[in-house]
Amino acid sequence: MTAAIKRPGWIRGALGALVAAAFGFGLVIALRAISDLPLYQTEQTGYPHVVVPLILAPLGFLAGFGCFDYWLRWAAGMPTIPDDHSQHGATSWKDYFRFNTDHKVIGIQYICTTFFFFFVGGLMAMLIRAELAQPGTQIVDAATYNSLFSTHAVLMIFVFVIPVFAGIANYVLPLMIGAPDMAFPRLNALSFWMLPLAGLLFIGSFLAPGGAFDAGWTGYAPLSTGAPLGQSFFNLGVQFAGASSIATALNFLVTIITMRAPGMTFWRMPLLVWANLSTSLLVVAATPFIAGAQFMVLFDRILHTNFFDFAAGGDVISYQHIFWFYSHPAVYIMMLPGFGIISEVISTHARKPIFGYRLMALALIGIVVLSYSVWAHHMFVAGMFSWLRVPMMLTTLLIAVPTGIKIFSWLGTLYFGKIHTYSTAMLFALAFIVTFTIGGISGVMLGMVPIDIHVSDTYFIVAHIHFVLFGGSVFTIFAGIYHWFPKMTGRMYDEKLGRVHFWGTLLGTWGTFIPMHWVGMDGMPRRVADYATQFGNWNLLISCFAFMLGAVQLVFLYNMIVSWRFGPRAEANPWRANSIEWQVSSPPPIFNFPEIPRVVGGPYEFGVPGAKHAIMAGEGSEVPAKEPSVVGSS
Amino acid sequence: MYGRLPIVKMLAATVALTAAICAVMVPINWDGQQASTAAPKIDDLLTVMIVLSSFVFSLVMVMLFYALWKFKAKPGDESDGEPLHGNTRLEVAWTLIPTVIVLFAGGYSWKVLDEIEEPAKNPLTVEVFSQQYAWSFGYPGKGMAWSEGELHVPLDRQVQFKMHAQDVIHSFWVPEWRIKKDNVPGITTTAIVTPDKVGTYQLICTELCGFGHASMRAKVVVEPPSKFREWVANLKQKVPQPLEESVTQDTETNPVPLGAGGA
Repeated sequence: MTAAIKRPGWIRGALGALVAAAFGFGLVIALRAISDLPLYQTEQTGYPHVVVPLILAPLGFLAGFGCFDYWLRWAAGMPTIPDDHSQHGATSWKDYFRFNTDHKVIGIQYICTTFFFFFVGGLMAMLIRAELAQPGTQIVDAATYNSLFSTHAVLMIFVFVIPVFAGIANYVLPLMIGAPDMAFPRLNALSFWMLPLAGLLFIGSFLAPGGAFDAGWTGYAPLSTGAPLGQSFFNLGVQFAGASSIATALNFLVTIITMRAPGMTFWRMPLLVWANLSTSLLVVAATPFIAGAQFMVLFDRILHTNFFDFAAGGDVISYQHIFWFYSHPAVYIMMLPGFGIISEVISTHARKPIFGYRLMALALIGIVVLSYSVWAHHMFVAGMFSWLRVPMMLTTLLIAVPTGIKIFSWLGTLYFGKIHTYSTAMLFALAFIVTFTIGGISGVMLGMVPIDIHVSDTYFIVAHIHFVLFGGSVFTIFAGIYHWFPKMTGRMYDEKLGRVHFWGTLLGTWGTFIPMHWVGMDGMPRRVADYATQFGNWNLLISCFAFMLGAVQLVFLYNMIVSWRFGPRAEANPWRANSIEWQVSSPPPIFNFPEIPRVVGGPYEFGVPGAKHAIMAGEGSEVPAKEPSVVGSS
Repeated sequence: MYGRLPIVKMLAATVALTAAICAVMVPINWDGQQASTAAPKIDDLLTVMIVLSSFVFSLVMVMLFYALWKFKAKPGDESDGEPLHGNTRLEVAWTLIPTVIVLFAGGYSWKVLDEIEEPAKNPLTVEVFSQQYAWSFGYPGKGMAWSEGELHVPLDRQVQFKMHAQDVIHSFWVPEWRIKKDNVPGITTTAIVTPDKVGTYQLICTELCGFGHASMRAKVVVEPPSKFREWVANLKQKVPQPLEESVTQDTETNPVPLGAGGA
């Protein structure tokens, strides 16, 4: 038993969480006692004896779980446990539940965890659509309804779409650039383990007195500063998700910049690598803004600061400026990695080099730069200074240009190719082009101030964000999962079930989200549990398609689980792709490469006689044998 | 190489598809009834955008489905496509043409925005007060007469709404007017509307404000000036003290709309 307590792992983690929570609780009570205050402050925004333990318990868990062991020993001058790579690789399913520093294990941990939250968030969406199937309130009351759509959005954004891309890239990116691992493997593991904690805080808020946070995922002050305790769970959860995101972005940046295989110049990087480079640039600079905004709300709530308290001189609109300065770049954080995935899938399955490769990379950088100058288009009717609207409108419209370049270049890639559509990944990639074009068009309309004034905060917005986030991001996620499933699991998935999933998802997405445009323009506001009876039939139709969309995801889940366990063994390179991750076995060996490959050409040289992307181990004696470079010590 | 493509036929197909989509979509009255001078301008802008968007969408569809039809690999064909890496002229074209289109859309929007926010010489000022979950209205020209839950405005006269929120953010939206503006605690926000159709409409709160958000509505009546004067004269109550304070104490954020020379 004492051995179990000393060893990093779940027991020590739980103990750490308990000790930290107890310490936080005791600290608050003791400080209140010596200040002659009532021991428990339970006005709705307060509860310091809950909030402080909530801050400390996750940290205690991480410490107990072993996330800081190496660093703490090193910092304290104690002998560090020699790096015997015992934390590398996975030999049984249990290894996925341990602190593991292998980027491939962490990638799968990310993907499975985020898909868990995807299904929880999806269930909430089903409840929302059940409530909205008819006017009036039938299933949940208005307050619970507000909690449901808030939690749905937060789970999908912060613990599904953003981190699942980090998971896919975690697995694939080091392999693609010919690196044995990420630059900072321990930081990588820490980034992952913060994520389920954020998700648990979001879901756990349903247990708080007053219910889960209900001010929307945007959490506008002063609704959020005066909301019940659940809002604090949101403020804190965002900190853990954000810290995870920032640490991973730093890790990607350093990995991409310093650990590319010899010969892989920037102009020889696959577009998925370019996409993650761009995304990471956004994350490191933008994410601190949402962390700051949520800390300010938390301080207003429990320390009674006055950032957003108008009665004490606070500025209500400044919350929106800070929030959207992150949250608009965040939509590109949720889209650029998907652009990378689509480029890989389309080029491979069309057997064609990417059309206009350099312009594709530059378009990504263009989006990064422009995305910092468009945030106030979320605030055209917010009452901010009116002069800011036209400049923000113009930048918003201009950002459609690099996005359009990408659409046309993917289409150009198809021409004079040999298009194979047997893979579900390719189907999702092609469907993505269509749905994302519609989402982009409604986005341009929303960028135009006069139209936005009318449709802002209506179902038109709900339709637009789901077209770009579901028809856009989630389609690219499915494409990526299907594309790299053989590489990650060493098994093939069932293409028949994949097709059922694809057609069901496509029909469900269009059926659910296209009519939402209409009811929004016609006068139905968003975030309402009840609505005018004139929208009843449309909403019933939307709900029916939504249930179908939800149900067909179970086919995906079944396909993934059963194929992972029983699917036929995958070859190293089932899609005959060029990039480096396909030149090693499926799944790849523990340190990826017996020797680091040497890159001698571009990644998409399909049909070019004699062209080669990389020379792998044993493929030519002119390659100097080299030891695998040292796994970065973080 | 790309010269081998049937460019003319593809363009013709795009135009035909655009025409077909427009034939269905343009006649539909998407935004509902029009009841202000701004409404037809905004709806015309929407129509122009529907036409432009239909063209872009049709172009993508034709390009995609032609490629899928023409370049689909035959079963068992394991060869690669032709090693084309790009085409500078095409790439310049699909960078510049969309730039021109969106700048046109931006310029047109700017013009419409200026027109719908153009202040008139003799507007009627109405103070809007919002709180969880009710609307009330004050008429400063009529000794701060106060109406709860019912907004009356005269026909064909510009109304400047001065908006004040007492607790959290609310948003003022009358879909038939196409005008929306947040009411923000601590500041006064402004919206300009010229109602041009007699009728009864609904004022809808469109900013999440708590559990009563969905039912935060008010009745809006547009009536001939004589009837409006009669209605205001019959209002018995004055705006209560705490609400009236927000009229004087709130900060003005955007007193002058953009069209009138900036902030």
